Amino acid sequence: MSVGTGSLVTVTATINGETRTFTVPGHRTLLDALRSELGLTGTKSSCTEGECGACTVMLDGHAVNSCLVLAAEVDGHEVVTIEGLSVDGGTDLQQAFLEHGAVQCGFCIPGQVMSAEYLLSHNPDPSVEEIRDALSGNLCRCASYNRIVEAVRQTAEKRVSTRG
Amino acid sequence: MVTYYKAHAVADALEVLGRKDVDARALLGGTDLLVGLDDRLDSAPGVVVDLKGLADETPLAVEDSGVRIGLTVTMADLVANPTVAAWYPALVQAAGVVGSVAIRNRATVVGNICNASPASDTAPALLVHGANVRIASADGERVVPISEFFVAPRVTTCGRGELVTAVELPRPVPGTGSAFQRLTRRWGVDLATVSVAAAVHGDGRIQLGLGAVAPTPLLVDLPAGTDLADRAVLDPVLDEALAVATPISDIRAAADYRTAMVRELAARALQAALDSTRRTQA
Repeated sequence: MSVGTGSLVTVTATINGETRTFTVPGHRTLLDALRSELGLTGTKSSCTEGECGACTVMLDGHAVNSCLVLAAEVDGHEVVTIEGLSVDGGTDLQQAFLEHGAVQCGFCIPGQVMSAEYLLSHNPDPSVEEIRDALSGNLCRCASYNRIVEAVRQTAEKRVSTRG
Repeated sequence: MVTYYKAHAVADALEVLGRKDVDARALLGGTDLLVGLDDRLDSAPGVVVDLKGLADETPLAVEDSGVRIGLTVTMADLVANPTVAAWYPALVQAAGVVGSVAIRNRATVVGNICNASPASDTAPALLVHGANVRIASADGERVVPISEFFVAPRVTTCGRGELVTAVELPRPVPGTGSAFQRLTRRWGVDLATVSVAAAVHGDGRIQLGLGAVAPTPLLVDLPAGTDLADRAVLDPVLDEALAVATPISDIRAAADYRTAMVRELAARALQAALDSTRRTQA
């Protein structure tokens, strides 16, 4: 193996549908690479130890804490960040967050939205209890929890009824 | 600096992990290893060996004789498997409360036991399910009962140059029930203040796995035939059996509180295990 011959890693991954290649030190987290190397600052950095959920992104369709993934690990994989959910940043779920006043300071919201989209991707009609459980890894220090849960619940109802 | 190395076979990983000239650490889900890595580069491992691309690794194998949990099996994988859920309720209940959804999508069972936290969620359940740990090295393989795997906080019998490749669970004998109980300060993303797994085996054995009340997770046998439904019988049996618990006081709870709670959680876990036996038989 090539231990010691250089600790930079070249990573090629699908980021929000686009193939991107970037070079990072071995210790660089996916969170930092998204924000620094790729300019995707919608993903927020807060606790950097998997407690707060502000950095939640989808990795191969699964919600993960990007602070606990090395950028090198996503070589050959697919990442979707908050910027990848829509072109103009206005999905029905994000709109529902606004309508319910769920966005106070806003810092936790990208992570909340990603966790909620992950929930709805495999459980399209979740109960309030299931929403609370699914979002229990996303902290909101403005304590907008009830409004966030309402926004997710309403979005689920609308999506289910639209699909008929 | 940290060098990232992606191993492509078990032998390849063993070679790097066994090298004496570098501090190499195995990487699975990263939910323990990567915590604060950026902030502690001075003490970080020199090489991180990613084990998620091993060509000769079997993830989750369900057979008549039991279940084999390979290196890359996450908590979410485990919870989603219907056979695992039917055979090992305590383990699935434990895996289902680790961290958060995002943590469970990455954290692995093998990583959880190798991290060897006294408060590991899966360890008490694996103890009562009679798990064996398969450990590979350049010299071959050895299999260790999980009751002999944990040595001290953050220390296992898996040494340098060795790699845990799977956790193997024997299929429970008919009529077995099990359950997991955990006390935390808040609902999500917390470590166990105390945890207890209980198994009422179809052959009469009654076992408890205890978490966060000793330097390592503990396995305790109760006398076969103990009337679990009668607290007047059960309480003195628990008092004797749980004397092995030596909890500490820390940020999560005082030792006295842990001592009181481990007894209560044990009683609840035993009752739930008994109930799951009845459900299986119904």
